[in-house]
Amino acid sequence: MVLLKQLPDLVEELEPSPDGTDIDREFIKFILNEFDDQALEEALVTKESSGAEVIVVALDEPEVDQVLYTALAKGADRAVKLTGVPAGTWVPTHLRAAILAPFVRELAPDLVLTGVQSAEDLDGQLASLLGGYLDLPHAAVVVGLEVKDSIARVVQELGSGRSVEEQITLPAVLGIQAASQAPRYAPISKIRQAMQAGGLEELEAPAPVDSADIAIAQVRIRRLYAPEKSTHAEMLTGDPGEVATRIAEILRSKGLVKA
Amino acid sequence: MGEENVMSDDILVIAEHDGSNVVDVTFEMLSAARELAKDSGGKVLAAMAGGAALAGSLGAFDRVYLIDDPAVSNYSPEAFEKAFTHVVRDVDPGLVLTSTSTMGLDLAGGLSVAWPAPLVSYVVGLGREGDDVVATSQIYGGKLLAEVVVDSPHAICALIAGSFSGQPSPEAGSPDVETVSLEGIGPSRTSALAVHEPDSGGVDITAADILVSVGRGIGSKENLEIIEELAEALGAPLAASRPVTDQGWLSKPHQVGKSGKKVKPRAYLAFGISGAPEHLEGMRDSELIIACNTDPDAPIFDVAHYGTTVDLFDLVPELTECIQA
Ligand SMILES: Cc1cc2nc3c(=O)[nH]c(=O)nc-3n(C[C@H](O)[C@H](O)[C@H](O)COP(=O)(O)OP(=O)(O)OC[C@H]3O[C@@H](n4cnc5c(N)ncnc54)[C@H](O)[C@@H]3O)c2cc1C
Repeated sequence: MVLLKQLPDLVEELEPSPDGTDIDREFIKFILNEFDDQALEEALVTKESSGAEVIVVALDEPEVDQVLYTALAKGADRAVKLTGVPAGTWVPTHLRAAILAPFVRELAPDLVLTGVQSAEDLDGQLASLLGGYLDLPHAAVVVGLEVKDSIARVVQELGSGRSVEEQITLPAVLGIQAASQAPRYAPISKIRQAMQAGGLEELEAPAPVDSADIAIAQVRIRRLYAPEKSTHAEMLTGDPGEVATRIAEILRSKGLVKA
Repeated sequence: MGEENVMSDDILVIAEHDGSNVVDVTFEMLSAARELAKDSGGKVLAAMAGGAALAGSLGAFDRVYLIDDPAVSNYSPEAFEKAFTHVVRDVDPGLVLTSTSTMGLDLAGGLSVAWPAPLVSYVVGLGREGDDVVATSQIYGGKLLAEVVVDSPHAICALIAGSFSGQPSPEAGSPDVETVSLEGIGPSRTSALAVHEPDSGGVDITAADILVSVGRGIGSKENLEIIEELAEALGAPLAASRPVTDQGWLSKPHQVGKSGKKVKPRAYLAFGISGAPEHLEGMRDSELIIACNTDPDAPIFDVAHYGTTVDLFDLVPELTECIQA
């Protein structure tokens, strides 16, 4: 099972909403969290090597149908959209995990994959929270995965080039950092085909697990703001030739250009 | 256990080590905790799993809870989470500080559910207002800051490494160490097989005076050619952000950042790199940073000394020419 999440496209301008506690979500573009894309790829690779069935699951979020159909076009076997969830606002990761937990429990997959983190994980990352609610082993920053019988061999990056290899008895929840190959592309024609075939399952989201309420309620965004650009770069303007000349001058003045 | 809804003044720092050293972020968390505890008079405690031989460098903490058990001799997310949860419950601090390292990402969510306590991640600033912890977090890849109020007797904050200053203090003397055993923690479904140390082959980007670094903005492996020409003209090795090495456009030893190398060249030239916190962690201390990014709001410009929004495909060939001239 792969859990997917939509994120505002970070290349766009993000502005705080008028009350300053969320971003203005009205006119921004949403894209799939890049690490969730890695998780999907790793699931598809696992399917190809071990014959697993891949179910992609997302909450009903902006432009999510497109993402789910794309996953089907790439080779996922089922796509589920959970409806009746808070829409048009930031969904705390605790709440996301608390909604997904009963659903995961019911479907009881061998392995749950999701992205290691998202740019909105203000209150924590999904894999660890979901693992917590379900009392399942979990691991973050996963860069290697091999599944055999009910055992996963997992490689986690520890930072600065170190990594650890471990063996986890399934079921488990993994936060994928990078798949073993670059995420595949689905041709538009195949996505169209998937859309025409329908096959997107819409299910009412289960009631969140109770204990989540406490933790969610206690984290309150008071203010959202753009960082003060106190140390902003001096911007070099002009045509490419002028800018290049300035950069070369700066490097020369530091004695960094040999000739 | 303190009174209902009043946070204990004690702060527990989850110390990190790599087997041979205590990792810097531990001392950054220490100084953040000391600052918070300054007025309240709370104690600043540390918990560390494994690495018994390194406990001596934690003398600046008021007390160290050392989990010394075969289950934590190698990193295992499950064993570490159980071990730290056990210590946290036992010590019952008001606030737990961890980082957004792999260990921190593994621990924070599970601990938040098990303890239970609210969790704030990506923290770059910490303060206290009365009984509330006020944390500032960097979200959307550093594009926005969120000020978060935690009104709870317990809280967990996961700090981004490099956001707080703090250094080991060897003169601090020997710490007061309490060894914790893990009896009754139960069997683990996760077992560590091996830890792999970094492979030292290939380029050494940490030794160069000048680095030409390239990010996802380059678009494809084929496009790297123009960057290679510039690097050659400057006699500089190529560096890269994570997506570039993940895609296999450049090999891993070229990667700068949290999971790559920390670099501090005399000049760092960044092309098509947004400046995500994980990237900045590896290069923000460079003497001179020049960034090229078509997005005027890219966070890379907050650490760069000079910046330009000229398209890299227009700029790079021109720059190569200027350097060769
Ligand atoms: C646990 C963990 C560890 C990580 N470790 C690292 C790490 O060690 N190093 C690292 O770098 N990242 C790391 N990351 C990933 C990090 O979060 C970001 O995803 C990554 O740094 C983004 O790389 P980028 O800036 O190249 O790509 P993007 O964020 O996609 O930015 C590309 C930029 O290029 C610009 N651009 C596009 N076209 C052009 C053009 N023609 N001319 C000029 N500019 C252009 C765009 O405006 C954009 O800002 C880690 C993440 C996690 C979760």
